[in-house]
Amino acid sequence: MISLNDFLVVGAALFCIGLYMLLTKRNAIQLLIGIELMLNAGILNLVAFGKFDKINNSGQIFALFAIVLAAATTAVALAIILTVYRKYKTIDPGRVNSLKD
Amino acid sequence: MNLAQILFYAMAFIAVASALYVAATKNLVRGIFMFFVTLFALAGLYVLALADFVAVTQIVIYVGGILVLILFAFMLSGRETLNSLGEQKDKLISSGKIPGLVLAVLFFAAMVAMILRVDADNLGWIKQAVTADNVIKPTDNSINNIGINLMTTYLLPFEAISILLMMALIGAAHISRKEPDA
Repeated sequence: MISLNDFLVVGAALFCIGLYMLLTKRNAIQLLIGIELMLNAGILNLVAFGKFDKINNSGQIFALFAIVLAAATTAVALAIILTVYRKYKTIDPGRVNSLKD
Repeated sequence: MNLAQILFYAMAFIAVASALYVAATKNLVRGIFMFFVTLFALAGLYVLALADFVAVTQIVIYVGGILVLILFAFMLSGRETLNSLGEQKDKLISSGKIPGLVLAVLFFAAMVAMILRVDADNLGWIKQAVTADNVIKPTDNSINNIGINLMTTYLLPFEAISILLMMALIGAAHISRKEPDA
């Protein structure tokens, strides 16, 4: 069988790639992709541990919930990106530096 | 080394390599399409973790929904996006990215050290699950069980997540509405 450590290392690698994107990218869409990568790393861990819970399926079910959360995140982030783009004509988060007015 | 392990390493390599490409590329559209590959490889990893239902959900929601949304966000935000990308330096690692790179690599090293120290295959509750035969086997059909659990044990989180999803969608529709001229 595939050992759990392998899954965890792959999850850690994906999480760190997402972290790198989140820290260095200057484009809101790339930040969003970084967040999705980090969420996917979390889901991978949930699924890998969920194999050891056949009766309650807790890992898999919370992985499903996390996927739904990711969908909600993306919808709201898309709306925010479009609004910010309309107002500032850029989606570089570094240049978005004021609130409503 | 059996077939499942070979497939696992192949999928893991594809997932990590395409994610690295997404992180390194200058071309945003190429990055988004490469993110497709990452998500498909992750779905393959879920299948190898014996979670076929989660894998199919991943393909339906992520590839069918989220990536299309990201493409929409890219296309609707127009030319300025590409201009801000063009301003970035041509070097692979510009000086502004070094702190992020160092932090990510150190974090990865810390996590791997912790994973090796924890040694997840020998955790107490996992050994208990193995001795109690509470482990999903490749021949099991776990989807019935997921459906029953979703509607009994996890009904409260299910309802909470459905309300959250509705709130998020209404909020998204409200935010992206064109403001009337005040």
